[in-house]
Amino acid sequence: MAVNRVVVGAHYGLGNFIAQRVTAVVMVLYSLIMLFVLMGGRPLNYGVWKDLFTQGWMRVGTLLFMVSLAWHAWIGIKEILIDYARPDSLRFSLYVIFILIIATYLGWTVQILWR
Amino acid sequence: MSSAAAKKQRPKFLSFYALLFQIRMPIPAWCSGMHRISGALLVFPLTAWFLFLLDTSLASEKGYDHVRDVYLSHPIAKLGLTFFIWAYSHHFCAGIRYLFLDLNKGIELRPARASAYAVFAVSILITLYFGWRLWL
Repeated sequence: MAVNRVVVGAHYGLGNFIAQRVTAVVMVLYSLIMLFVLMGGRPLNYGVWKDLFTQGWMRVGTLLFMVSLAWHAWIGIKEILIDYARPDSLRFSLYVIFILIIATYLGWTVQILWR
Repeated sequence: MSSAAAKKQRPKFLSFYALLFQIRMPIPAWCSGMHRISGALLVFPLTAWFLFLLDTSLASEKGYDHVRDVYLSHPIAKLGLTFFIWAYSHHFCAGIRYLFLDLNKGIELRPARASAYAVFAVSILITLYFGWRLWL
């Protein structure tokens, strides 16, 4: 029996919908914590800044933020490209470019945090 | 049904010119459009820029001092940072608005318009506050 699987279009909506909102909430929390730390804490210098990012919770939290950003960004970019990027060949090329950009962000983040 | 509507050319494609000058978009539409534009620009190039700043400032004390005293004191960098603050806070506020709309809070016309105005007001105020601290 032939399987007519549609390979273009946005047919995976609910998972994306939920992921977009969960990742958004993670980023809101991180943003508020970061704002609190930066504005409420000691005046910044290199020592304070470096110490902050060598603490375990900060490293894990920042990685969690960046993974959320990557996931959220991919869904968002895909939505935008589905709406505007024609023909499909251009859209798929842009998909590849953005996947590479977003994957680079993740690798770069790990490198920065665990240097 | 021989109404005027039947004779209209369909589908109608709206150009950017039409969106900006020929039709009047309601405020939630502007809020949504800016959510898209700010989101796209946050993905690229702003995240790349921020990772660069984080990388340089954490790599060494020299790098930290350079970022703070030389790099970010340049007017173009300040302009970029101010734009980032606007894009982030607009995307943030509009996103929170959508989270409430998803929960069926404020979906009637009046509150939906009011919250769209509030998104613009709050994000511009946040930008003004941090812009003031950055430039003055």
